[in-house]
Amino acid sequence: MTAPLLQADRLSVDFPVRQGVLRREVARLRAVSDVSVELRAGQVLGVVGESGCGKTTLGRALVGLHAPTAGTLRIDGRDVATMDDEQRRRMTRDVQMVFQDPFASLNPRKRIRQILQVPFEVHGLAGAAGLESRLLELVSLVGLLPEHLDRWPHELSGGQRQRVGIARALALQPRVVVLDEPLSALDMSIQSQVLNLLVDLQARLGLSYVFISHDLSIVEYLSDSVAVMYLGRVVETAPAAALFAAPLHPYTQALLASVPDPVPRRERVTRALEGDVPSLLRAPRGCAFHTRCPRAQPRCGDSVPELRPMSADGLHQAACHLI
Amino acid sequence: MPAARLLEIDGLVTSFRTPRGTLRAVDGVSLAVYRGETVCIAGESGCGKSVTALSVMGLLPDAARIESGAIRFGGVDVLALSPRERRGLRGRAMSMIFQEPMTALNPVQSIGRQVAEVFAIHGTAGRGQAREKVLALLRQVRIPDAERRYDEYPLQLSGGMKQRVMIAMALANRPELLIADEPTTALDVTIQAQVLHLLRELQRELGTGIVFVTHDLAVVAEIADRVVVMYGGRVVEQGDVFDVLQRPAHPYTRGLLAARPRAGQTRRDGVRLDAIPGSVPSPFEQIDGCRYQARCPRAQARCREQAPALAPLAREGHAAACHFAEETPA
Repeated sequence: MTAPLLQADRLSVDFPVRQGVLRREVARLRAVSDVSVELRAGQVLGVVGESGCGKTTLGRALVGLHAPTAGTLRIDGRDVATMDDEQRRRMTRDVQMVFQDPFASLNPRKRIRQILQVPFEVHGLAGAAGLESRLLELVSLVGLLPEHLDRWPHELSGGQRQRVGIARALALQPRVVVLDEPLSALDMSIQSQVLNLLVDLQARLGLSYVFISHDLSIVEYLSDSVAVMYLGRVVETAPAAALFAAPLHPYTQALLASVPDPVPRRERVTRALEGDVPSLLRAPRGCAFHTRCPRAQPRCGDSVPELRPMSADGLHQAACHLI
Repeated sequence: MPAARLLEIDGLVTSFRTPRGTLRAVDGVSLAVYRGETVCIAGESGCGKSVTALSVMGLLPDAARIESGAIRFGGVDVLALSPRERRGLRGRAMSMIFQEPMTALNPVQSIGRQVAEVFAIHGTAGRGQAREKVLALLRQVRIPDAERRYDEYPLQLSGGMKQRVMIAMALANRPELLIADEPTTALDVTIQAQVLHLLRELQRELGTGIVFVTHDLAVVAEIADRVVVMYGGRVVEQGDVFDVLQRPAHPYTRGLLAARPRAGQTRRDGVRLDAIPGSVPSPFEQIDGCRYQARCPRAQARCREQAPALAPLAREGHAAACHFAEETPA
């Protein structure tokens, strides 16, 4: 089998916790802990979890916006840490990101044309012949019109701004796009427009996506495989169909049971998970989920469960002592 | 015996003065809420759902004005009340919770004292009994360890716990009507499930009528008895939750339902979502006829000429504002 296009191998990302006037480091917070995920060419990897689970930090680490504290990030099987400058430059072109908030992620003082030129400038391609035709190509690719190039961000609707964010990510013809909650700031009727655009672009350009979202219905629709995160760790990963049909980890089961069902029922039996997600600074010992887990046993507090294969092909994996 | 009408909104028009002119955020909305039921007002940003809620509460910003229409609460025309009488209703007979519990709580006052203030303002707890009443209330909204939480500050509470505190304050004086404006939108999905469950339980215990404002039709399916769908400041469809979500009659309601993937539908199987084209019209835009016409797959000449009125459909209480309304299985 060929190497995955993008692979995180036991990746961890720490942030310093600073306090006092001297901003002294008093602790380290492990936002992403021992995460192993892989993305194969032409596929969509969905990353789900609740706020604070580390999914955004993982996404930013995958595009190189956070340096990993431990672990390895590989592209085409090559360790990013051992790359020379030229290879690393190539890598940053290959892996691009679309951010959640189309209002905050576009510079309000620049016209759309200038915003879309930035990636070319960063990579020393701004003087290249054909830049104007490439910009026209980009706006048409994302369903905008040539005249939008001369508009300011505030003159565009939320959906149009997110299209600009997507065009900017596609400017340098990446192979992987990490999409961090790209729909959640948009109105309902606009979400499916942008989702359809993402599906079309993926097929047309042969892109691979890492799709980070809290919206499980959309993740089920879009993804080939899914990783479920809780307090910085992947607790379950599987092909999307298997994960949604038969979730194994108690957290995944509770998460799926909490998703409101668009079909009304006479008897509403929302099985609520008790309690809140603990703070990362006071993460429970052992399995991080055991404080809320309906099936927890004493041994769950003793050691951190590792991801183990749960299916014959090894693709469905869960990190739980009790399965 | 039919349940009594608790709230009745009749032809409400609420407008805003802006530097670009006056805009009608709510344009002729009528709806009713019966005792003990939950009515969801559903729609996208700018549809007028929150302004409708704020109009009922009397909490509109200075730039807004109720131009016409009536709001009757327990049979009393609240728009005719003095500001003082209106204040007496708020927090007592009707109360409200908001999307952001983080910004609605005072960061430098303990949870217990903030909740106690609700009793103090309305003189509904005697000296010395406030603490006990507050603790009972915190327990009622299922806040674990209420004794300890009493002395904590908002900063020390999670988003879900803060929303419980807001619900406790809103229910302190046993209001007949609770208006909840996107109360679970800022919460994670497992916490949202807890809060929806709590609201349903409390409603059963207290018999409170609830107006629940949301953009999420799946949340509507979980909490509503009846639904009012708004678009462009107007009601486009209303009815029993089963009728509206399973036999939607307005093309907008149908479009919203079709735009979301259903369980088991995937891109891998070649399913493409039916997106609603275009975007929500600006409230400054002068549109003759139906406000949805530019995005509607069924629009005809008549839709551009004549605004459709809300007209009854086959099932009692189900109505849609569309010249071509047709109940269609979702």
